[in-house]
Amino acid sequence: MNPLHYELSYLETLEAESIHIFREVAAELERPVLLFSGGKDSIVLLRLAEKAFRPAPFPFPLMHVDTGHNFPEVIEFRDRRVAELGERLIVASVQESIDKGRAVEETGPRASRNRLQTVTLLDAIAEHGFNAAFGGARRDEERARAKERIFSFRDDFGQWDPKNQRPELWNLYNGRIKKGENVRVFPLSNWTELDVWEYIDAEQLEVPSIYFAHEREVFARDGMLYAWREGTELIEGETVFNETVRYRTVGDMSCTGGVRSQAATLEEVVVEIAATRITERGETRADDRVSEAAMEDRKKTGYF
Amino acid sequence: MTLDLLRFTTAGSVDDGKSTLIGRLLYDTKQVFEDQLEHVALASERRGGSGALDLALLTDGLRAEREQGITIDVAYRYFATPKRRFIIADCPGHQQYTRNMVTGASTADLSVILLDARKGVLEQSKRHAFISALLGIPHVVVAVNKMDLVDYSQARFDELVLEFAEFAAKLDSGAELTYIPMSALEGDNVVDRSEHMPWYDDPAHHPHAPTLLEFLEGVEVAYDHPYDTPARFPVQWVIRPATSADYRGYAGQLASGALRKGEEVVVLPGGGRTKIRAIDTYDGELEEAMAPMSLTLLLEDELDVSRGELICRPGEAPTVARELEADICWLSERPLRAGSRYVIKHTSRSASAVVDELRDCIDVHTLERAGAPAELALNDIGRVRLRTSAPLSFDPYASNRRTGSFILIDEASNETVGAGLVAPDGA
Ligand SMILES: Nc1nc2c(ncn2[C@@H]2O[C@H](COP(=O)(O)OP(=O)(O)O)[C@@H](O)[C@H]2O)c(=O)[nH]1
Repeated sequence: MNPLHYELSYLETLEAESIHIFREVAAELERPVLLFSGGKDSIVLLRLAEKAFRPAPFPFPLMHVDTGHNFPEVIEFRDRRVAELGERLIVASVQESIDKGRAVEETGPRASRNRLQTVTLLDAIAEHGFNAAFGGARRDEERARAKERIFSFRDDFGQWDPKNQRPELWNLYNGRIKKGENVRVFPLSNWTELDVWEYIDAEQLEVPSIYFAHEREVFARDGMLYAWREGTELIEGETVFNETVRYRTVGDMSCTGGVRSQAATLEEVVVEIAATRITERGETRADDRVSEAAMEDRKKTGYF
Repeated sequence: MTLDLLRFTTAGSVDDGKSTLIGRLLYDTKQVFEDQLEHVALASERRGGSGALDLALLTDGLRAEREQGITIDVAYRYFATPKRRFIIADCPGHQQYTRNMVTGASTADLSVILLDARKGVLEQSKRHAFISALLGIPHVVVAVNKMDLVDYSQARFDELVLEFAEFAAKLDSGAELTYIPMSALEGDNVVDRSEHMPWYDDPAHHPHAPTLLEFLEGVEVAYDHPYDTPARFPVQWVIRPATSADYRGYAGQLASGALRKGEEVVVLPGGGRTKIRAIDTYDGELEEAMAPMSLTLLLEDELDVSRGELICRPGEAPTVARELEADICWLSERPLRAGSRYVIKHTSRSASAVVDELRDCIDVHTLERAGAPAELALNDIGRVRLRTSAPLSFDPYASNRRTGSFILIDEASNETVGAGLVAPDGA
């Protein structure tokens, strides 16, 4: 036998592990769903799912929790990508949760639908009977995430108990749950933001245009640059101006900040991320700045 | 992409300085982002203290921990230098220590054991050395911390090295041991070389004298060479697209070794033989594949293979049996007793398992195995004999970490209650 002429690269190792996770979930849990936001992490999830299950269709649908305040570029991309894949997309709408009285809209200039997403997500999980949901969270994102397992269990109320996590040994995942419980699965747990971009580059994956530098109307608040759109309430002293920005995450427009950037191509984004001195969440997510333990509090109540 | 990956685990007793050490490692390798620093500065201030940056706060994750001021669960950290990428499994040295250490060690290639230079080799340090050995970790770094509090004394360092080496010799694990004197607080020998310990650099005394980071960057990870290890392919999932009737793909991750198109293989436990028709991936077919790739095998004959079965070469098959002997690390408050029944998950196969016999329990101080215990309690490690409802295809843990390991799950609570390592004389 000729010796192998190649070795697995770091990214290939991560990829192989993530594919393994996808297949374990499909085999052990009856009704999984993949949460697809149109963001870079969930774009990587889709490619990994293709690698895990093609040439067959995915053994689960995709779901987007739509806040109604998404970047139009992202929604357009989402629908196009789903059509290309030929998979089924469920859209769970925060607006509907509000209309049904399940959630109450926040008011004032700092209003955001970010918290309301949790209600919509839990309702959709219950309505469709999903017992596992793939998400694109990574452990490098935030301190509370560093301790979260790849299989993260939620009780009937969708709550995460950081003190009562199952030990995860070797690559043996315990996916057993009781009725009513569900598990959030994070196949990208061991990836960093840079890994995600390098993978997108290596696989030449399309991402929504807002990830690249573009000019847009913004206003500055709390040291971040927010997109201005019809109906945005400004606080006294704030003005709208044009700036060349790009986004590091795609969330709700009301709480996702852009960064000044000239990175217009994938390669330029990779270079920029490699040199960045601020975490993705710290730079772009207002919701995590609220308090020292903001993320942890939201996770305990069912947030992703 | 030529960057290499090192997974390592860190453990120490409470207050040995583990959080400070990891914080120092991240800080001095410039892996700490500005907003994280800002956060640590704020939190340091809020706690009072000298106003100096408390690097331990960088790695202190959850609110419950902050309230109690201790680390309670394994946390994973990521950092990279131009030479390598690192994943740290940070294992707290508190209560549930064995549970955490075993979890962290199960995926590690190296472990860093912290000692407080003033306190010496405590029970916890021994326990961690033992668990590293049990879990087959090939490299151990003994980080002798807080050297600043013993006047950077060479004599004290040598004393601790001797003491630790004596215990390690009893473990007889074959692991490579490296001792590094350091001060996590002051940053000596973590990333930057210490100016306080010229004796450590003295070539006559320590010919290599690496800092911790230098060592982590340079250590050779002895990945099993694919051709030295028998191929093991547990089937995870069967791919049968409705659109192409003759595509029946067996998907999984190659647990060890390498496989080649055209090779003869056997499917266990059934024993059916066939050849590999194709090795398929999303990116196209391969002539050969090696661990740890995820791939899909197409076979020449229509064997009805399902999840949980194992594909390997006929001449080098693992043991196939319904009884096995293994060391179990017990992770649950509810003890393990003879006669108890659990779900066993081994590779991609799950079955029922009954504990037939408790053979012994290991005393972590003396490393002696005491015979026939009545039970294994939380954090105990002992040898048991299991019987399973379906045949398993396994290897001794010492020769294959993937096919030699399993977990036990409580049928009622669904908790993961035990970590199992198949004994050398397995069946
Ligand atoms: N003098 C000195 N103090 C240290 C050193 N490393 C840690 N400490 C202190 O020891 C205490 C415990 O450290 P910490 O990192 O929280 O320990 P952990 O419980 O092992 O994570 C803290 O007050 C640290 O500042 C060191 O090298 N020298």
